[in-house]
Amino acid sequence: MRKSQKEIAESSRSISRRGLMLGVIQAAVVSVMGLKLRSMQIEHADEYRLLSDGNSINIRLLPPARGLILDRNGTIIAGNEQNYRVTLTREEAGDVSAVIARLRRIIPMSDRQAAEILEEIRKRSAVTPVMVADRLTWPEFSSIALNAPALPGVTPESGLSRSYPRAGDFAHVLGYVGPVSDYDLSKIENPDPVLRLPEFQLGKVGMEAKLEEALRGKAGARRVEVNSAGREMRELSRIEGQQGATVQTTLDAGLQNFATQRLGNESAAAVVMDVTNGDILAISSSPVFDPNMFVRGISGPDYRILMQHDHRPLADKTVQGAYPPGSTFKMVTLLAGLEAGVINPGSRFYCPGYTQVAGRKFHCWSRGGHGTVDAVQSLERSCDVYYYELAQRVGIDRIAEMARKLGIGVRHELPMSAITEGIAPDRAWKMARYQQEWQVGDSLNASIGQGYVLASPLQLAVMASRLATGRAVEPRLVRSIDGVVQPVPEWPELGINPLHLRTARAGMDAVMNGSHGTARRMRIIAPEWQMAGKTGTSQVRNITAAERARGVIKNEQLPWDRRDHALFVCFAPFDMPRYAVSVVVEHGGGGSAVAAPVARDILLYALAGGLPPLSAYPDGERAKVEEMWSKMNLMPTPAPSPGTERAKA
Amino acid sequence: MSYLDYQVAQTPTGWRKVFFLNWPLVFLVVAVCCIGFLMLYSVSGGNLDQWAGPQMERFAAGMVLMIGLAFVPIWFWRSISVVSYAICVLLLILVEVMGHVGMGAQRWLVLGPIRIQPSELTKVAFVMTLAAYYDWLPVEKVSRPLWVLIPVLLILLPTGLVLMQPDLGTSIMLIAGGGIVMFVAGVSLWYFAAVIAIVVAGVTAVMESRGTDWQLLHDYQFKRIDTFLDPTSDPLGAGYNIAQAQIALGSGGWSGRGFMQGTQSRLNFLPEKHTDFIFTSLAEEFGFVGAFSLLMLYTLILGFCLHSALTNRDRFASLMTIGIAGTFFLYFSINMATVMGMLPAKGSPLPLVSYGGTSLMILLMAFGIVQSAHVHRPRG
Repeated sequence: MRKSQKEIAESSRSISRRGLMLGVIQAAVVSVMGLKLRSMQIEHADEYRLLSDGNSINIRLLPPARGLILDRNGTIIAGNEQNYRVTLTREEAGDVSAVIARLRRIIPMSDRQAAEILEEIRKRSAVTPVMVADRLTWPEFSSIALNAPALPGVTPESGLSRSYPRAGDFAHVLGYVGPVSDYDLSKIENPDPVLRLPEFQLGKVGMEAKLEEALRGKAGARRVEVNSAGREMRELSRIEGQQGATVQTTLDAGLQNFATQRLGNESAAAVVMDVTNGDILAISSSPVFDPNMFVRGISGPDYRILMQHDHRPLADKTVQGAYPPGSTFKMVTLLAGLEAGVINPGSRFYCPGYTQVAGRKFHCWSRGGHGTVDAVQSLERSCDVYYYELAQRVGIDRIAEMARKLGIGVRHELPMSAITEGIAPDRAWKMARYQQEWQVGDSLNASIGQGYVLASPLQLAVMASRLATGRAVEPRLVRSIDGVVQPVPEWPELGINPLHLRTARAGMDAVMNGSHGTARRMRIIAPEWQMAGKTGTSQVRNITAAERARGVIKNEQLPWDRRDHALFVCFAPFDMPRYAVSVVVEHGGGGSAVAAPVARDILLYALAGGLPPLSAYPDGERAKVEEMWSKMNLMPTPAPSPGTERAKA
Repeated sequence: MSYLDYQVAQTPTGWRKVFFLNWPLVFLVVAVCCIGFLMLYSVSGGNLDQWAGPQMERFAAGMVLMIGLAFVPIWFWRSISVVSYAICVLLLILVEVMGHVGMGAQRWLVLGPIRIQPSELTKVAFVMTLAAYYDWLPVEKVSRPLWVLIPVLLILLPTGLVLMQPDLGTSIMLIAGGGIVMFVAGVSLWYFAAVIAIVVAGVTAVMESRGTDWQLLHDYQFKRIDTFLDPTSDPLGAGYNIAQAQIALGSGGWSGRGFMQGTQSRLNFLPEKHTDFIFTSLAEEFGFVGAFSLLMLYTLILGFCLHSALTNRDRFASLMTIGIAGTFFLYFSINMATVMGMLPAKGSPLPLVSYGGTSLMILLMAFGIVQSAHVHRPRG
């Protein structure tokens, strides 16, 4: 459609008229804004300048006290303590090094600390307050406050800071808090303004991080009158914040302390579970570190020591560590075979000391062989050949299915960091992971918990609990949050034939109490605490042909990190199971010699509710046990304070 | 009118188009962006990498895009306007279906590595469509009810979709931007009077609805209105932001506290100081002189656009230029009025200055189209 020149002219005129009208309207709006600017910035500038400079009312956030974490009896395992500290702001300080020099006359500070602080201040933006000194004594703190005029930019502050009164005992399960980093903030949408306070700390790992929302609480605020130097003159009003929720865990501080000390300096992990409800009473990874160091800001050298330690103290081996479970996996294979119907409890296999499969010799740990063994004896003596035979009949997929049923190869959700899923390998898994077909040899290795099978100590404890009860017990760590008790579900039946379960349990009983039991020396003789268990010793290396030719090398002759892992799972009392324990000692050597006594002691402590009577031990063990106790430095558990009543209710 | 009417022979071609760009407008845009870099550098505490650097990179890309678009003949924009409108509506529907939820609302669309905010794109595309519509429509039909209804529906469709995100601020801007084009196109003033009457009645209804079970706004939106009416009612939430913004602004005084000396912004009293509240940092550090200068730069941009539009005999080009300038006007006036406490806090960026890729790129693209209208104006 063509328009005539007249039309075009007419439309231009109409646009011009309306366009000018619009221009006038816009100009009017701009003028109004200009006038408002003028009114604020010129006429009322002094008022705003006063507000800005201080000498006026300021709103300051009150960081909430972090929620307490208690053990099952109400003992505080993560609390708050009064903390006096000093921050420095470069912009206000002017000559930073002079201020630091003057500060050093009041509080002790090494040359290196001073240099580190200077470096930190230089790196941060000029307006960010940097922590100069922390955990000051009251005299130091008050003398800094008195000398404030000579210390520009220095702000003394008092506040609460996290403390872990049980030191390293709960380091791994609780984790720790630390200063809020830009990275932390970037992960949160609409971060709470309180997170931007310089001294505010949030959970970094472990339960502190996982339950951050519950533990943080709500900030309060105060309106204060300040003078032009920013000093507070008086408080006008105050809205109290809300302390974070108290979290009561299922943990037992006494037992946790005992377990941690019993593991000692080994690189090891122990988990104690109440099989009736899934409560985790102790979950200990060793060696420990002191989480208080992280709250205070760990120094570079200290951190390097922790990082470079070959026993990896920072790793939580209980849930993050995945180990070949070794012979502790044999109950899985046995139950898979029984449930599949390829054997029955009375089936026997002959063990000549090895099995020949696909041109390869698979050895039993006993070179001479076990002769003819049945199901119970296969566990009692931990005969490998029995499981090699079984694996070939039952197939890997059914073994993997049983492993998952018993809790291996599945993630158990707990409020802890980096929980591993472990591996319950099957054909599909190997194809997906390595693009390779499953081999018979793989099944044989898996049947005795070697090869691709990996399980965490937590999973082993879950397995022991499920074997003991026949129910799909799940572990749990939180008893109540803010007084609200977390319900324990009725754990469903696993659906395993009770006769088969009884066979497996009888085998575990025989391990401890049978005449040929591999852990007979570690049995409990008190009849009411009779214990059933299974040892495991898992290789972390492949034995080379040359090594085989030279004969078996003793573990002790190997460098530490190539020695076998020692494992043990158990539960007690046998008739009426209450607690299950799993212990893994990395590169500890034999399961029966190294892991079993640790698990036995922890289990007895749990059963007795403290150090057990010596009469529970066989004669030969008592002297050793007594000596061990005398070397321990157990921490007393204080009686629950009145303040914790609420949490228990 | 067909593109032959443009008298192609007299329209510059090839690289010679460079001489016919609206150069004062280019310089004004660059100047405003430079103020943005300066402020981003300042509010980050002197850290180039945090905001200023990335913003400069996007600016460089945006400038190339702007000049590039300016070289594209204006009739191209007219012919794709309907298509671009359809695409924007489609994208808005996509956001509704699978968008990324950010800050409590669903606004972003993530397509591989690109995150786009279709509502921003819509602001430009639908102004173009309305301009094309009124270019096509004979002038005498402009005020007839049926021919008024069509653009109203064109405005309400994307507005409704944006409102569902929910993004009240952008939907208001879309309505106002569309209204500006209709106003300039010559729609009878009676329609506008009627709409204003309905809005007044509507606002009354909304305020009355509060607390009843047919509540028409989100609680947080009501809260913002409360805070606007009485900033002390929520001293730690939104009111805190507004109060601190006003303190920062007012304390700038005549000439400000000096570059990087603003205590309010540097002591973190100001929230979102690199985006929605960047004007307060400018006002604090450069005072009335700085803030007023920026306001004047914006006004000059408006003026040059208006002049370009009114001297352009192509109806599509002038309507579109005025529409884009009008949207730009809404952008900066809403942001400034908000931080000065004249409007409820709404969370809108200061155009060309605030940190943010989508907004900057789209504005520079829009100015590229304005330049295209300028370069390819009918001559002779």
